[in-house]
Amino acid sequence: MIEHLPVLPLVVVLIAALLQPIIGLRTPRLAWPLAVAAVGVAAGLAAVSLGVVVGTGTMRYAVGGWEPPWGIEVVLDRLSAFAETVILAVATFALLAGGRSVRDRHVRGEPVYYALALLHLTGLTGIAVSGDLFNVFVFLEVASISSYALVATGGGPALAAAFRYLVLGTIGASFYLLGVGLLYAVTGTLNMADVAARVPLIAGSPLFAGGLVFIVAGLVLKMGVFPLHAWLPDAYTHAPSHVVALLAPVATKAAAYTLARTFLYVLGAGELPIATLLAWTGAASVLAGGVMAVRQVEPRRLLAYSSISQLGYIVLGLGLANAAALAGAYLHILNHALMKAILFIAVGAASRGVVGRAAISWRMPITATCAVIASLSMIGVPPFGGFFSKWYLLEGALASGQPLFVAVILAGTLLAVGYTYRLTEAVWFADTAEVPGARREAPVSVLTSLVVLSAASVIAGLASAGIVDAVLAPAAPGR
Amino acid sequence: MIERHDSTIVTTFVRLLVPLAQLFALYVLVHGHESPGGGFQAGVILAASYIVLALGLGREALDRRVNERLCLALASGGVLIYVLTGIVGMMLGRALLDYAALPLPVTPARARFFGILFVETGITLAVAGTLIVLFCRLGDTERE
Repeated sequence: MIEHLPVLPLVVVLIAALLQPIIGLRTPRLAWPLAVAAVGVAAGLAAVSLGVVVGTGTMRYAVGGWEPPWGIEVVLDRLSAFAETVILAVATFALLAGGRSVRDRHVRGEPVYYALALLHLTGLTGIAVSGDLFNVFVFLEVASISSYALVATGGGPALAAAFRYLVLGTIGASFYLLGVGLLYAVTGTLNMADVAARVPLIAGSPLFAGGLVFIVAGLVLKMGVFPLHAWLPDAYTHAPSHVVALLAPVATKAAAYTLARTFLYVLGAGELPIATLLAWTGAASVLAGGVMAVRQVEPRRLLAYSSISQLGYIVLGLGLANAAALAGAYLHILNHALMKAILFIAVGAASRGVVGRAAISWRMPITATCAVIASLSMIGVPPFGGFFSKWYLLEGALASGQPLFVAVILAGTLLAVGYTYRLTEAVWFADTAEVPGARREAPVSVLTSLVVLSAASVIAGLASAGIVDAVLAPAAPGR
Repeated sequence: MIERHDSTIVTTFVRLLVPLAQLFALYVLVHGHESPGGGFQAGVILAASYIVLALGLGREALDRRVNERLCLALASGGVLIYVLTGIVGMMLGRALLDYAALPLPVTPARARFFGILFVETGITLAVAGTLIVLFCRLGDTERE
């Protein structure tokens, strides 16, 4: 079965998604275990394929037995296997943690919720493994349309947020499609490897420049990077907490992966002036997101703006496009997915039945500890993952010879201290003496997810040199 | 709530039309390879037959035959038929969605023909299920 590894995780998640409404006819209670098990198995398969790819090199899979360039190709290289593993592994624990909350909200609609969530993950997995520019668009739409519906399950203000997300997300997808269309007009192919081979021949063409700009603009919009972030804060604030804990860590990362894939590998634009523009966009997003986050009082809105800031780091790394900056950007895809999952799960758990903000650390010591670990990782304190991705980014910024980027990364860290302090202050230093209350920890499913993700955040930090040497450094373009 | 239509002409015509439309949906499905049509079109016609039924004979006539959860299961079951047809090729040592690998006593080209027919059948069910659910939901909003 080794040769099927590139498509197996996708098939497993897709079948689980399609089974949901069918098991919903008789046993809707099985929806949650089935979803968690399927995504867990898919994550395991993705991890195995990452091991195989690191050991034996890139895997190619001709879907339907039709060889490229006629058929559609699935390609699993180090970067796509890494992205796929991160997305599915973090999603497993987000689904595990969200189960109780889903059950309370959708009494009989659990299977439909999980069908949407798993279709979303099918889309993200497909984005990671596809070797075809148009197929990426298809999977991007599968993921996006299901995420609009997921956001809308919040009802009330979430409907308006979902509609705005839908309009802007569709504009982003149309830009991407327009860009792909222009590239198709000038190269005559949609296969990523074919387009990459023809880029040197067409680099002077205005169609190439137009296609590049449309693709980058569309994906930056999908990522929710400043100044194209307008959809993100409302969607993350008003959607149900279990939806945000699933979407926030992984959905924007898939867009970041697509940006890296098309921008650096397919179009080879790391040396073009647009790369500098992209780096500045990332820098602006780091600062603007951070400044807006510091001013928030509502925890989920604060986390939404911090996402804009943290995604800015990834875009900055992709724009700098040197070896260290790329390692930092890719590593931040992993670290930010972990920290955002922990924080959104913890905030969701803490906000259930809380009166005031007092003493979450007393009532929920484990949840509070995990939230603090994630906050420290977000600031970039040494043993945690966030420190290492920022370290590589700093190295990359120094190598680029642009001291302002170094200043931006450091300023972003200071802003992260500011906004995570707002969170931890409420969690940790409230008046414990005044409100003793009983200890009421979050359910076991939530705690398991939080502990595993926090441990992963520490391990990702300690093992970061190994991850970069084995997976990310050899994944850089042109290697 | 959609009521049964007053006119005998309408209700009688609907009774005649529905089975013919469903037969025509089957025709469009199996002739999709060679003539205009295919799974999507067949699914639309199949769903339209149920919608005509509801418009002519009232919503109860529809509810007696299908319900929303069944249609949702049909919608995803249809796509599941598609995926399972694709997986057969994978199980038999060929690629995903390689219909030539289907274990049928025919030539590979003919096996692809039947593979596409299975897939189109799945699409028909999926499209029909989705459209009926959409129709029911819109009707329900009106009722509230």
